Amino acid sequence: MIAKRIIPCLDVRNGRVVKGTNFEGIQDVADPVEMAKYYNDTGADELVFYDITASFEGRGLFTDILKRTAAQVFIPLTVGGGINDVSDFERVLSCGADKVSVNSGAIKDPSLIERAAKRYGDQCVVLSMDVKRVDGQFRIFAKGGRIDTGIDALQWAHDGQERGAGELVVNSIDTDGVKQGFDLEMLAAMAKQVTIPIIASGGAGKKEDFKTLFESVPQVDAGLAASIFHRKEVSLPELKRYLAQQGIPMRILREEER
Amino acid sequence: MIAIIDYGVGNLYSLSHSLSFLGIDNKVTRDREEILGADKIILPGVGAFGDARDKLRETGMDALVLQKARAGAPLLGICLGMQLLFEKSYEYGEHEGLGLLPGEICPLKPDIPENLKVPHIGWNGLCIQGDSPLLKDIQEGDSVYYVHSFYAKGAGDAVKAASEYGVMVPGLVQRGNVFGAQFHPEKSGPVGLKMLKAFGEETLC
Repeated sequence: MIAKRIIPCLDVRNGRVVKGTNFEGIQDVADPVEMAKYYNDTGADELVFYDITASFEGRGLFTDILKRTAAQVFIPLTVGGGINDVSDFERVLSCGADKVSVNSGAIKDPSLIERAAKRYGDQCVVLSMDVKRVDGQFRIFAKGGRIDTGIDALQWAHDGQERGAGELVVNSIDTDGVKQGFDLEMLAAMAKQVTIPIIASGGAGKKEDFKTLFESVPQVDAGLAASIFHRKEVSLPELKRYLAQQGIPMRILREEER
Repeated sequence: MIAIIDYGVGNLYSLSHSLSFLGIDNKVTRDREEILGADKIILPGVGAFGDARDKLRETGMDALVLQKARAGAPLLGICLGMQLLFEKSYEYGEHEGLGLLPGEICPLKPDIPENLKVPHIGWNGLCIQGDSPLLKDIQEGDSVYYVHSFYAKGAGDAVKAASEYGVMVPGLVQRGNVFGAQFHPEKSGPVGLKMLKAFGEETLC
């Protein structure tokens, strides 16, 4: 049976993980490579790196981090942030990324999804979207959630799949950072629009939130979170053991593999 | 040395690095002499069967791979590279494969229930179905990472491990010196590394 995936997300700015605080067990909590190794060793099913650097120097640091991570972490790596053209796909794929996540780049030019899918395959293209309720409608927001594009999020998801996206990361701005659980209502609406895998993001505050997510929206394939893992409010082995006990299919590392 | 065949299909960075990480000498190459001189061959691949088959032919790699395999060199096909080892594929038309393994590559739909998504993406447990040197350190239920929409049918006792996804999807196949993994061992954490390590061992077969 296929397992539900648990995906820690690392926001990287100028070569450092943002929000990488209160972390035990590794020496440099803000070093993305150390952190990636730690998550890999404790059972992450996949890792997402978002490059939130604006500068040219920062971008160079990021590709270096990616290369170093991919040389020692052998689980799927998804990379996003600053992906505006097919050449950006090439840049991160050649450094060891397996999948590339597009967000603003696809809003500016939706054909990016098609062009990238044709070149690298659907499985490589992840459409990431920031969604917020406006006047009873789910809307796509751009620029890190600051600008209302007016685009209907459900339609956007549907069109994204048609254009060739292989997976969706759906981040709820309404629940993000609130730690009161995932946006189940929005995710259930999304699940009716697409048949590709859905990765839920925004709102995880405790391990029970993941159980509720997978039980109430069974079409969701994965849960993504950052701060609860970075701050060690929930550890990966503990979370996965708990979910497995609740009957949710999980990949559990054997003792000697940790 | 293990030659990883570069025929312009897919991202070979992780595969090469996972072997290097294990201390296994390897090279991504399309050089004829290098491939002929290699002890073992890995045939990678992502994308569509027809395109990959054409590229193998255009680069002359198909004949080289066949020559090495027939001479007894261990060959490991990964993902689409594994599918290419079979006789035939029905992905967007009908295409002939390398014919090193018995069976055909067919779409997961309509063989699996409606509620299961295609592609089959994610971690799935292995059910061991036969003996293979690549499984020597693998236990029943160990998880590996899959990304695919087509699967091998009619492989018979060449199937050494499979995963349940509405049907039993052949994960690891082998006949003699020819091995295939539908999943990505280079992306399957410690379990995948154990299989690659086993493939790299001198005493393999």
